[in-house]
Amino acid sequence: MSPVSTTSSRAIYDALKACGIRLISTLPETWLVHLIRMAEDDPEMILVRLAKEEEGVGISAGAHLAGVRSAMLMQNHGFLASINGIVSCAQLYRIPLLMLISYRGEFGERDPWQTEGGGVTEDLLRTLRIPFSFLDRPDHVAARIAKAQTLALSSNKPVALLLCRDLMWEEPS
Amino acid sequence: MKRLDALAAVYDRLQDRVVVTIMGAVAAELQSIGHRPNFFYLQHAMGLASSMGLGIALTRPDRHVVVLDGDGSVLMNLGGLTTLARYRPRNLTHVVFDNESLLSVGGFPTATSTGSDLAAIAAAAGVPRTATVTTLDAFTRSVDDAFAAGDLSTIVAKVEAVGPSGYVTELALLENRFQFQRYLRG
Repeated sequence: MSPVSTTSSRAIYDALKACGIRLISTLPETWLVHLIRMAEDDPEMILVRLAKEEEGVGISAGAHLAGVRSAMLMQNHGFLASINGIVSCAQLYRIPLLMLISYRGEFGERDPWQTEGGGVTEDLLRTLRIPFSFLDRPDHVAARIAKAQTLALSSNKPVALLLCRDLMWEEPS
Repeated sequence: MKRLDALAAVYDRLQDRVVVTIMGAVAAELQSIGHRPNFFYLQHAMGLASSMGLGIALTRPDRHVVVLDGDGSVLMNLGGLTTLARYRPRNLTHVVFDNESLLSVGGFPTATSTGSDLAAIAAAAGVPRTATVTTLDAFTRSVDDAFAAGDLSTIVAKVEAVGPSGYVTELALLENRFQFQRYLRG
């Protein structure tokens, strides 16, 4: 069994559906496996598997202008790889982007290669003036995703939710 | 072949299609022929015009999308060709104006000037229809073929490295964006 939480992944997926998300772009990462499979199995969802996360900014921009709500699922290193697109497409053209970013490299991280990205993620979001919040408990997942989506649409700007270890990872006892 | 002549040659065929262009000469020249509400000019985010086109093509299968790209932009998002090919939107035509240079920043040569073949790269990525054209007649013909084929096509049009005297146009970026959104949703 993967220690990635199926229950939390389901809560996130259901919340995205409840917000009317019809397109998800993603580049696989460990914490996102269940979410990606849920999107795969959902005939109502357009799932776009990317070569690099920045493509997702363009795809979401196109979908938004066409009137379709979308979300990006990526690791924080994918967010780092997307910054030019976020600034010079989504922010320049006032495109709402709902970004769900797995927050690797915070307390409890065991993979040495994930530890640098975690240290700069929040600072970069603040520098880019992207409103963000944390998903760290199942009971607030639905409300926070809905509110993030509301702000993205009302402001026509990117917003981010950081998927935290306490929500996504069930430590083996 | 000059890009401006190529754009003028197919301009009428773009009337009922959704058009996404890159920044620089392509955007300025298309606007010099005549802006339309169905034209969106991505005036930065190099590489993402084809991704935007894919996002529109997947969510609006009832519309035909034309992406007007360039060699410098495609080279910044070669992975995007694999994503395009993977989802193979049959309602998308990808035109790449290849002048073998980054014209608007001083004409420095790109890798297509030393042999990198973007049509071959697109074909190897899995784009089902690709062509490289060097004359205006061949360009017009291959655009007509692509529109008639009903499948994803990448057309690389070799063009001279000449462009307009300036790149800033009267059309504000956000005006273009909201007008295009209204057109697409209307």
